[in-house]
Amino acid sequence: MKRDYSLLGPDGARAVETGLAAAEWYHTEVPRKVMKELMQRSDQPAIRDTVIWLGSMVVLAGIGIAFWPSFWTIPAWLAYGVLYGSASDSRWHECGHGTAFRTAWMNNAVYEIASFMIMRNSATWRWSHARHHTDTYIVGRDPEIAVMRPPAFFKLILNFFGVFDVAAALPRLAYNAVLGPTTEEKTFVPQSEWGKVARVARIHMAIYLATLALAIWLGSILPLMVIGLPRLYGAWHHVMTGLLQHGGLADNVIDHRLNSRTVYMNPISRFVYWNMNYHVEHHMFPMVPYHALPRLHDAIKHDLPAPNPSIAAGFAEMWPALRRQLRYEDYFLRRELPEGAKPYREDFHRAALGDLPETAIPAE
Amino acid sequence: MSQWIRACATDDVDEEDLIRFDHAGETYAIYHSPEGDFFATAGKCTHEDVHLCDGLVMGHLVECPKHNGQFDYRTGEAKRAPVCVNLRTYPIRVEAGAVFIEVP
Repeated sequence: MKRDYSLLGPDGARAVETGLAAAEWYHTEVPRKVMKELMQRSDQPAIRDTVIWLGSMVVLAGIGIAFWPSFWTIPAWLAYGVLYGSASDSRWHECGHGTAFRTAWMNNAVYEIASFMIMRNSATWRWSHARHHTDTYIVGRDPEIAVMRPPAFFKLILNFFGVFDVAAALPRLAYNAVLGPTTEEKTFVPQSEWGKVARVARIHMAIYLATLALAIWLGSILPLMVIGLPRLYGAWHHVMTGLLQHGGLADNVIDHRLNSRTVYMNPISRFVYWNMNYHVEHHMFPMVPYHALPRLHDAIKHDLPAPNPSIAAGFAEMWPALRRQLRYEDYFLRRELPEGAKPYREDFHRAALGDLPETAIPAE
Repeated sequence: MSQWIRACATDDVDEEDLIRFDHAGETYAIYHSPEGDFFATAGKCTHEDVHLCDGLVMGHLVECPKHNGQFDYRTGEAKRAPVCVNLRTYPIRVEAGAVFIEVP
């Protein structure tokens, strides 16, 4: 079945008509007392992590600038790039939810900084991410589907260096700065926020133009190594972890156990990714802050498919599924649930849940 | 014509928490503030039809469990995106250990 991912197209309209859009999703039962404890907010973990994050960036950029253009600065730039071009994605995400800090202004401040680094309009993306949570991987409704079917491998691989993201972000930035939100963006951004979209875009654009002017004046790309280019050379980690969130899994379903993936990761990746490797848990209970996700995982893992034991194992599972989707777009991974888990919710889209004649799926 | 309905016992709602109360096809949320006062609002978020009863009460704010929008449950005022439309509030009365809500 051909999918139309446009937010203005027929698939989105059909999702609304059938009730697939804005549906009630499956949740694992968690006692209210436990959930209340898990949802509690605290400033301390995020302040600690933010000091480490921004402090490390200052030190690494300082080393890079002080010893520029020595080859010995390459490790410092590589580390700086990941903190700028990848850790910003998770900070943008968590602070956008408002769960990272207890204090609202701290969430908002880090959200604005991270949005700039990851080249996302902070006004637009707050709303796009709300839609992603309402209609996760519902075709024609979710504006944040990272891997569309059939998967465009060339694009996916180039995006490890941010190429397509940045190529899309810069013209949109110019459009937003001059004209406000695009027609598609207007489908999920309320009219009251359209002015803010333009204001944010103008601020971002002014910073980029000032950086570019400085680079030209100095006759050096050094200013761009600090601002702008790390979105390219440091993007690989957030793309690597981001693809694992939903890649190769079901679309058009209302059970996050079918369309999201939890992967156990090393401590450095978990710091960069702010524990979003517990992705089924995050989608099921977006109120739970990143620092409580491991505890939430322990509370509900009896009801979830087994997590992938590592990033490599996640890719080993996902990549062949994506390749299979090249030839058969309806293919997806349906993982076994542990004994005693509640069955997958199959009341909406049986066809999307594997109720397909075996002969319709070509063999490997 | 409006009427007063018994919603719950005061003990049914922990301090700094809420519960759901359904009546005549409508759903409401009953709050117990940290100061010990009770309040009532519509039971679903104004952003999308999500029950607030699974959300988090922090001080005088209630946060929607789906998109983290926040309201001041004393006034119904929308305080944090993605909620833009205020929440309807209802008069409440506490008598003899019971919480009563005035519904239309």
